[in-house]
Amino acid sequence: MAVTVKIPQQLRTVTAGEAEANVEEATTVGEVLDGLYERYDGLRDRIAEDGDLRRFVNVYVEGEDIRFLDGLDTSVEDGDEVTILPAVAGGR
Amino acid sequence: MPTGAEVIREVKNRIDEVDPGAVRSDLESGNGNAPVLIDVRESDEFEAGHIPGARHVARGFLESRIEGAAPDRAQRVVLYCASGNRSALAADTLERQMGYENVESMTGGITLWKDRGYDVEVPRALTAEQRSRYSRHLLLPEVGIEGQLKLLDAKVLLLGAGGLGSPTALYLAAAGVGTLGIVDDDTVDVSNLQRQVIHTTDRVGEPKVDSAETSIHAINPEVEVLKYDTRLDASNIMEIIDGYDVVVDGADNFPIRYLLNDATVRLRIPVVSASILGFDGQLAIFAPYDGPCYRCLYPSPPPAELAPSCGANGVLGVLPGTMGLLQATEVIKLIVGSGDPLIGRLLLYDALAASFTELKVRRDPDCPICSRDPESISEDEMGVFPDYEAFCAAAG
Repeated sequence: MAVTVKIPQQLRTVTAGEAEANVEEATTVGEVLDGLYERYDGLRDRIAEDGDLRRFVNVYVEGEDIRFLDGLDTSVEDGDEVTILPAVAGGR
Repeated sequence: MPTGAEVIREVKNRIDEVDPGAVRSDLESGNGNAPVLIDVRESDEFEAGHIPGARHVARGFLESRIEGAAPDRAQRVVLYCASGNRSALAADTLERQMGYENVESMTGGITLWKDRGYDVEVPRALTAEQRSRYSRHLLLPEVGIEGQLKLLDAKVLLLGAGGLGSPTALYLAAAGVGTLGIVDDDTVDVSNLQRQVIHTTDRVGEPKVDSAETSIHAINPEVEVLKYDTRLDASNIMEIIDGYDVVVDGADNFPIRYLLNDATVRLRIPVVSASILGFDGQLAIFAPYDGPCYRCLYPSPPPAELAPSCGANGVLGVLPGTMGLLQATEVIKLIVGSGDPLIGRLLLYDALAASFTELKVRRDPDCPICSRDPESISEDEMGVFPDYEAFCAAAG
């Protein structure tokens, strides 16, 4: 049971440059993120606040925004791809 | 041997002819007796004016192209030309050699039609220079002359002549987008040239809008360039964006993205939006009321210390090129009306991994902006966020 998490550029400063992480034994998005928080110091502060995701951070499971599923309780299955995506505005 | 006039007279004797008045009433009545009307004259004659609804099959291509216009040999077909001779000969061919069962030639041709005061449609045409310039578009059925005319009529506003705006502007100009507006209050700096390919070394120090105009006109002098040497803000946005068909967002900061979102939702203008950071790019179309808006995707912006866009960041020079051209592609698709636009989808490009990821973006039924009637969005609330100015300033 493992899901692959895609980590965007902005967050790689707290993942030692890792662009992808595998999380084992998680059944919900919340558990996937908890697995990452244990591994990467500082990640929780960057994307979460008071136990929920910050409003400028979206998380997708297999391309679907979890805000329109069950939020952090959205279930994940073996082989799913989870994408974390904070807003970006660079254009120059 | 018979003379030409005798041949025509003989053909007219054996084919069926129909008066322009009867053709007109059958076309207009909608009684099921409306024929397929075919203009058999040459292209230049057809383009100078034809009967509304007529298909064009020049007599020289009659045998090879008639089936495209009238595939069913039992259906009623009326042919016309300038005065009724060429259409009589063509009718004879269809009937005797190709087995069309219900063919008529219109007496007096379009000349008599016009003399009676009936309607003539004059199609818009491209100049010889345009036909040559845009020939590769004209060869695509998805663009063709109709699509090219739409491009020539289109007004596209580019926010910024920077990393994303540079390639977008160049390709939209080359594609023949008739009017390009450019909003940018910056001047060309040598550090821009690593990626902002619309500018050149000898134009360092020039206003970006002027430099962009020079390059656009070098590629395509017929593009009208509207320059806004200013920063988009709440005081000028409604005036600047009004009347544009599409806005291309390459803005480098969040206040403008939100302001632009709110104003374009109110004016119902689609925004082709891209953003870049390092080696990563994002692309989406926000089409008001057809799909989600930017606030559906991100209800609020990040705080300053976590907003990488406010300060200077590294970017691979090629990346805005890739993302800008994907933007230009979506702009052209929107204008021409072809393909499946990137509405309700967010495309991520990871240059280092050489991979694309597509995410779904849904309309938020509780969106503070696009869940409402556009007229109810007041100027006071456009682009508004708590403390935003302060935290962007803090980030430098």
